[in-house]
Amino acid sequence: MDINFSAEDLAFRDEVRDFFAREFDAELAQQLSATQGGDYKSAIVSWQKKLHAKGWIAPGWPKEYGGTGWTVTQKFIYETERGAAGIPDVVPFGLKMVAPVIYTFGTEEQKAHFLPRILSSDDWWCQGYSEPGAGSDLAALSTTAEYAGDNYIVNGRKIWTTFAQYADWIFCLVRTSKEMRKQQGISFLLIDMETPGVTVKPIVSIDGKHSLNEVHFEDVLVPRENLIGEQDKGWTYAKALLAHERTGMAEVADSKRMLSKLKQRAAEEVNGGTAMINDPVFQMRLSDIEMELMALEYTELRVFASMAGGGMPGPESSLLKIKGTEITQAIQELQLQLAAEYGGALQGDLSNQELGHDYAAEARSKYMYGRAATIYGGSNEVQRNVIAKAVLGL
Amino acid sequence: MNFDFSEEQTMIKDSVARFVRDEYDIDTRRKIINSEEGISREFWNTFAELGWLSVPFAEEYGGFGGTVEDIAVVMEELGKGIVVEPYVSTVVTFGGLLAASTNNSLKEAVIPSIIDGSCLGSFAFLERQSRYEIADVVTTAVAADGGYVINGEKTVVVHGGTANKFIVTARSSGEQFDAEGVSLFMVDAAAEGVSLKSYQTMDGQRAATVQFDNVRVTDDQLLNSLGQGMQLIDHVMPQILVALSAEALGIMSTLNAITVDYSKTRQQFGTPIGSFQVLQHRMVDTFIACEQTKSMLYRGLCQANEYAANPDAGNAEFLKSVHALKATIAKSGKLIGEEAIQLHGGIGMTDELNIGHFVKRLMTINVSFGNGDFHQKKFNQLNYSA
Repeated sequence: MDINFSAEDLAFRDEVRDFFAREFDAELAQQLSATQGGDYKSAIVSWQKKLHAKGWIAPGWPKEYGGTGWTVTQKFIYETERGAAGIPDVVPFGLKMVAPVIYTFGTEEQKAHFLPRILSSDDWWCQGYSEPGAGSDLAALSTTAEYAGDNYIVNGRKIWTTFAQYADWIFCLVRTSKEMRKQQGISFLLIDMETPGVTVKPIVSIDGKHSLNEVHFEDVLVPRENLIGEQDKGWTYAKALLAHERTGMAEVADSKRMLSKLKQRAAEEVNGGTAMINDPVFQMRLSDIEMELMALEYTELRVFASMAGGGMPGPESSLLKIKGTEITQAIQELQLQLAAEYGGALQGDLSNQELGHDYAAEARSKYMYGRAATIYGGSNEVQRNVIAKAVLGL
Repeated sequence: MNFDFSEEQTMIKDSVARFVRDEYDIDTRRKIINSEEGISREFWNTFAELGWLSVPFAEEYGGFGGTVEDIAVVMEELGKGIVVEPYVSTVVTFGGLLAASTNNSLKEAVIPSIIDGSCLGSFAFLERQSRYEIADVVTTAVAADGGYVINGEKTVVVHGGTANKFIVTARSSGEQFDAEGVSLFMVDAAAEGVSLKSYQTMDGQRAATVQFDNVRVTDDQLLNSLGQGMQLIDHVMPQILVALSAEALGIMSTLNAITVDYSKTRQQFGTPIGSFQVLQHRMVDTFIACEQTKSMLYRGLCQANEYAANPDAGNAEFLKSVHALKATIAKSGKLIGEEAIQLHGGIGMTDELNIGHFVKRLMTINVSFGNGDFHQKKFNQLNYSA
């Protein structure tokens, strides 16, 4: 066993650190901490354009389409440094979700048109998978696309569409045949959000904010050239994409940073003359989480090391999403506990000074919105079904 | 970066695994634990011949010169067979303390006899009142005639009945709870004034209450300088904890494998119980617990390597990892053990089935050298303070 990176990899780490320290300035950090609203869109786009200019916007892509050509180790180091620096990930819908489908299954025309605009963040994408009747059971979707002339006519509803309000394009799974088994007869369509008949309806989530939407389609005409691959084969393409999503790492670096922030705050919060960090019960809650995170860090390293060695990730990779999200939620919960009464105060227009507390509003909204982490990307219950079948052979 | 075992480690691992698979089934084990000594001398000689007893010792004493990682490799496989022979007590604990001591003549005299299997040893440290605080020592060592006289009682001395020698904690100065003033002596089990009563423990192993009644020892039997025993113990304890944790990991992965297999064959309501989602999710959770435990063990091993490679940087990270590891072993061991029994149902309650024996060893490991709460508290003390 050897836990050390090579000298070349350490030099790369320093290069990444330097770039982040130089380019991700305080103003950008401040704008991005809003996590939504108009400022958020312009801030994240300006950050993504910086990454694009540096050539680092799409480490996951093949080099021929604009990827970085990094080794597995370099990609891992980059992600770890990003999380440690508190820099948000790129908006995934274009760069990490639809792009791999386009460069893997798309036509040359589709690649030439869409990929450069995704790289430059000139197009904002959203994901049209879930429907009111199809959540974790994705294949139960019923939005239809009828082929007529050179167009598909799309009718139906998509739901939980994150950032649809900003989107220029949506990639959708639609039903093109009702004759076949439910996983078949599904097609993968790219739809321009400006097309007549597309309506976005906001959904306010339990954090009191608007990032989720419903997207309605009423007789929306989609040109045939916006079909990915073959008609009725969309499930295959989507599955490849979902596998991409599920092998994502467990965001350990992000959680480590959040935990360290939590400890710092616990040293400042005082209860009856004792700092919360010195409270034995609070310490137990803290170390319950920290020890799980220490283990998860090594689970992630094990997965990374086997991939860097040219192998497939082992069965342990399947637990990354479950444990990663559970730990994130546990940190968010403890953060909210630490905010005590202030956790329930809706700050509105009050300044921190007027409210009497500086992080409670953020703690509350992170906790509330954080509940989504165990629901999206294949709910953690679905993840357990997958492990039961694929790993335990049940 | 890699988490692979070396070629040599893979060879040892395969050799222990083969022994457990071919020679150490549950009936063989049952005969051994019900025998007079509670261990198999024949198997112990086999361990010596195969070189397993030499793993942690320096080459100058005839050892393999192995690392904590090498010990963990052996222990994980021994755990899969819940092997009762005194590897932890003789090689890892007794041998580990001796090897790390400053008494070279004692090392030269005793280590070769550990390696060839002729010397069994045990660490006699626990007292009626001391629980997990090793420095809580009321056994006394009083200077007399150029040596010392030891008086006191040690309890739950693991495999004490078969030990040829003990390493004993005795207070040479200071008050009951002082770390300073605890001395370590090597005492022959046959020495005048040593008497013991042996009994079985729940995990099928043996332990003893040992009395030291005016036992005379010389300076030559002192392991470190006088009163500095705790430093030696603190130095060796992390590797003892890692060894026990590796054994526990072997037990946990075995329990999970047996339980998953059983759920595929056991029929209820006309279908294998493994087809029920509620049971599937519970088995997924035990799978996750086991993988996370493995990661924590690997963390401990990597930190041990880092510390060995760069001792000047201190062992804070290693200690943090080890306390977290032992606390994790307690939590995942409880989950996996209890789920194994529950998912087996009635048959899981029987002494005949192997499940309960694995669980009882896990429970014993949990309370050896500090339980989960004890180590979590240590972890907290090291990491959280303002």
